[in-house]
Amino acid sequence: MDRQGNTYTILYSIVLVVVVAALLAIVSLSLQPLQNENKQNEKRQNILSAIHITSTPETSAKDFEQYIKEQYIVNSRGEQKEGDAFSIDIAGEYGKPADQRQLPVFVAEVDGAKKYILPIYGTGLWGAIWGYIALDEDKNTVYGAFFDHAGETPGLGAEIATKHFTDPFQGKQIFDNAQLVGLLVVKGGANGVHEVDGISGGTITSKAVETMIMSYLSYYEPFLKEK
Amino acid sequence: MSLFSGKNREYLLGPLSKNNPVLVQILGICSTLAVTVKLENALVMGLSVTAVTAFSNVILSLLRNTIPNRIRIIVQLVVVAALVIIVDQLLKAYAYEVSKQLSVYVGLIITNCIIMGRIEAFALANKPWPSLLDGIGNGLGYTVILAIMGFIRELFGSGTLFGAQIVPQGWFVANGGAYMNNGLMIMPAASLILVGLIIWIHRSKNRDLIEK
Amino acid sequence: MENLLNIFVKSIFIDNMIFAYFLGMCSYLAVSKTVKTSFGLGIAVIFVLVITVPVNYLLDNYVLKAGALDWLLGAEAASIDLSFLSFIMFIAIIAAMTQLVEMIVEKFAPTLYNQLGIFLPLIAVNCAIMGASLFMQQRGYANVWEATTYGLGSGIGWLLAIVCIAAIREKLKYSNIPAPLRGVGITFIVTGLMSISFMSFMGIDLSKLKGDKAETETAIQASPAQQTEEATTAIAEADLEAVTEKTTE
Repeated sequence: MDRQGNTYTILYSIVLVVVVAALLAIVSLSLQPLQNENKQNEKRQNILSAIHITSTPETSAKDFEQYIKEQYIVNSRGEQKEGDAFSIDIAGEYGKPADQRQLPVFVAEVDGAKKYILPIYGTGLWGAIWGYIALDEDKNTVYGAFFDHAGETPGLGAEIATKHFTDPFQGKQIFDNAQLVGLLVVKGGANGVHEVDGISGGTITSKAVETMIMSYLSYYEPFLKEK
Repeated sequence: MSLFSGKNREYLLGPLSKNNPVLVQILGICSTLAVTVKLENALVMGLSVTAVTAFSNVILSLLRNTIPNRIRIIVQLVVVAALVIIVDQLLKAYAYEVSKQLSVYVGLIITNCIIMGRIEAFALANKPWPSLLDGIGNGLGYTVILAIMGFIRELFGSGTLFGAQIVPQGWFVANGGAYMNNGLMIMPAASLILVGLIIWIHRSKNRDLIEK
Repeated sequence: MENLLNIFVKSIFIDNMIFAYFLGMCSYLAVSKTVKTSFGLGIAVIFVLVITVPVNYLLDNYVLKAGALDWLLGAEAASIDLSFLSFIMFIAIIAAMTQLVEMIVEKFAPTLYNQLGIFLPLIAVNCAIMGASLFMQQRGYANVWEATTYGLGSGIGWLLAIVCIAAIREKLKYSNIPAPLRGVGITFIVTGLMSISFMSFMGIDLSKLKGDKAETETAIQASPAQQTEEATTAIAEADLEAVTEKTTE
């Protein structure tokens, strides 16, 4: 058959496309469960690290069950509804108008005390940043925090993901006499119950964390005010 | 003809120094610079590229007498893209952390000039076995440079290697010492300058490579 | 609108393809010997980017993403996730578009075609083109206009980078550079220095470009908007400081 002819070229492309497509579909389908498992494990680990539980991918499912006692969804008016809070895609919700977002709440129990874990999401210097913030039962005092990022500058903005940055969040308060103030990320010398130290050289990311916390807490505000 | 005759050995070992794809052929620079902040990422990236180069070289060498000339480039791209997708899926399933850090640069293996360059220059004119060796050799030559860069950038930029602390904590200013990580090392600019310096050293050792 | 301007400025200066992500380095190094050819290649890259990024955006959002086929197959299609095919689809579109550009340039600008020679087909494997599509997918732009703006901005940023380095290289010819560093070596180092200077653009306060509205995120709520506005000014200054500190070290 003529190797440069039209018929040959078209047949060749068809065979190639079919073979490649079939191969890729098989690979993708067979690896999908593992990949989803990885994603879920990571999410569980992230949620748990907001309440200072270090979990591994292997044990995350067990730990999650042990600590997270309840999960539900609220909206920006504070109305609660049943639902699978874990499967909500925070990044997807972020694209919706604020009053239509579904806001997940995870209720954990640590040493007999109730903790509320709220997911937060925002934009850093280079891309998305997100995290979880855990509040004590008074819905005011911060118990722990966890942050992660898509691609902040390594060594600068990326430091928000380290314990060095998140540990000082513990014990801070988000309300000042029933007025929501969030947490201020300041440059050096944080004092007072509403301030934490930012990252030197990573100021934009630090401020982005502050904005993200403030805006997300304001969506949760009606829920947080109901005692 | 033995499998490792002098010529075949040259295909495999040549790209490690004399004919290094990054330093001499100036191919595949994009990812060399971007993924070398950490040594681990650099190695995973290097091995992924080696795997793709080796397999794509073999596959296209096998197909070389059947490909219609008019759709040659497209066929090459399809084969390479398919291999990269497989690598990406495997990384997501078995090395999730690393695949997150490499992010879009895994996809960019498709456009890594080393792969297309070796297919065009070698695989389409040679038998599968030498093509395999050539692919592995070039992949490893690329990995070596990545590893050197990753080593320098992680050690001086973050004070760690493979994530483990190398520079003693007590040396740091924060702990009363007099040492600070070099912030420039983790910036994009450092990798460009570093490649420049590596090329400088490499060419002073191999003077026949000097331009003009 | 403000958002488009934001994306445009950001993709030219801050997220510059060459200086921040090193994409398209191969042709950047190979073609940057004279300003004239570089400019031609830069224009070709812009052209291809402006076409491929939106096309790939539509492809990603209406065919490949999970649930993207809803418009065609109804809600049952929500479980179909073809995103594993995105690499191969993107590169196919890019290859086809490059071929198209090549044919157009050959027909209407034969001189340019002769000069660009083998580099036009190489645009298909120019990392900048593929990179732009992948970043577009990763960043999840809201609509096709944002994606187009991003493509245009990245292309202009790339053109800017290659024309700058070509101009410098034309002068470098007369400099006395150590022999082993001549050619590629010094180009890398010069690019590194340019990249450092481009880092200062990180301090641009993009919220100022958008008039008096703060970020869309904070615009929703009334009270913290004022505060953010002040905060961002402070950040811009502080970060410029930080960057200059870093670079002078």
